[in-house]
Amino acid sequence: MTSTTAILSTVTASFLGSFVEVVEAFTIILAVGLSQSWRPAFIGTAAALAVLAVLVLLLGPLLELVPIEALQFAIGTLLILFGLRWLRKAILRAAGLIPLRDEARAFAAETDQLRRRSAERRADWLAGVAAFKAVLLEGVEVVFIVIAVGAGRGLIGYASLGAAAACLLVLIIGLAVHRPLSRVPENTLKFAVGLLLTSFGVFWTGEGLGADWPGADLSLLGILAVVAAVSFAAVRLLRPPAGAPVREVAP
Amino acid sequence: MTAVKTVLAELLGLFIDDGALALAAIALIAAVSAAVRWAGLPGLGGGLLILLGCLLILAESLARAARARRRGGG
Repeated sequence: MTSTTAILSTVTASFLGSFVEVVEAFTIILAVGLSQSWRPAFIGTAAALAVLAVLVLLLGPLLELVPIEALQFAIGTLLILFGLRWLRKAILRAAGLIPLRDEARAFAAETDQLRRRSAERRADWLAGVAAFKAVLLEGVEVVFIVIAVGAGRGLIGYASLGAAAACLLVLIIGLAVHRPLSRVPENTLKFAVGLLLTSFGVFWTGEGLGADWPGADLSLLGILAVVAAVSFAAVRLLRPPAGAPVREVAP
Repeated sequence: MTAVKTVLAELLGLFIDDGALALAAIALIAAVSAAVRWAGLPGLGGGLLILLGCLLILAESLARAARARRRGGG
């Protein structure tokens, strides 16, 4: 049985997670297009999308062969690792212990690197590879998020809808502003996604172990509330006194 | 070859940022799974232990990062 809670949480997690990744890929594509030319940007992007499509076509049928409890346990474990990683970084950023990601700075760095190479004969090739790599790596994360939040309940279709909506929204905003989406509250989104993915991970690992969660899918909201309460408390506890300098820490 | 290595490193990086956190989470899940399978721990108890354990592991990792910052900042 598929509850509204399961569908809504799946679409939300997929949309938010994909949005963050697509914004990061968009920054690089824009840098390639504006500093070199749009041809390598589009070719690199199309090639990466083709590789991702093959990946999905290969993985999709394979997933159907895995028993649902084993799938929930395996994906739940990966989600815990993935979610805790995002959550840790988002908490450290929210507490001011590491700097926030700056899309404008990432765009400037990529543009600068491409301009320095623009005199080389293979400049177009390098620019295309930069776009390809960015779309492939961020795209793999999107594919993982879609599979991870959708497969455990047979909701990959809904998860894909969330991801597609995120891609469309970034594309529309990107076409409208024609510059890096630096005003997107990226850390807030990452914080939310970290909370959702960690909660999904705990929920599904538990289900994979045979847990009969009270309230079924609704218990996902309970897990989310507990993880969120601890995370917000951590931000408050870790936040340094006002005026203290912000510096990078080793991972 | 370098490109393949880069992609593999990036893929591994999707799941592992703080190595100790990842190892602790895997050890927790393995231990709870073993307890459910062989020691008769109920599935729900296992799920709750994983929730509690993940939060403790996250707290330890954050505390370690904060200590590193304090050490670095003098």
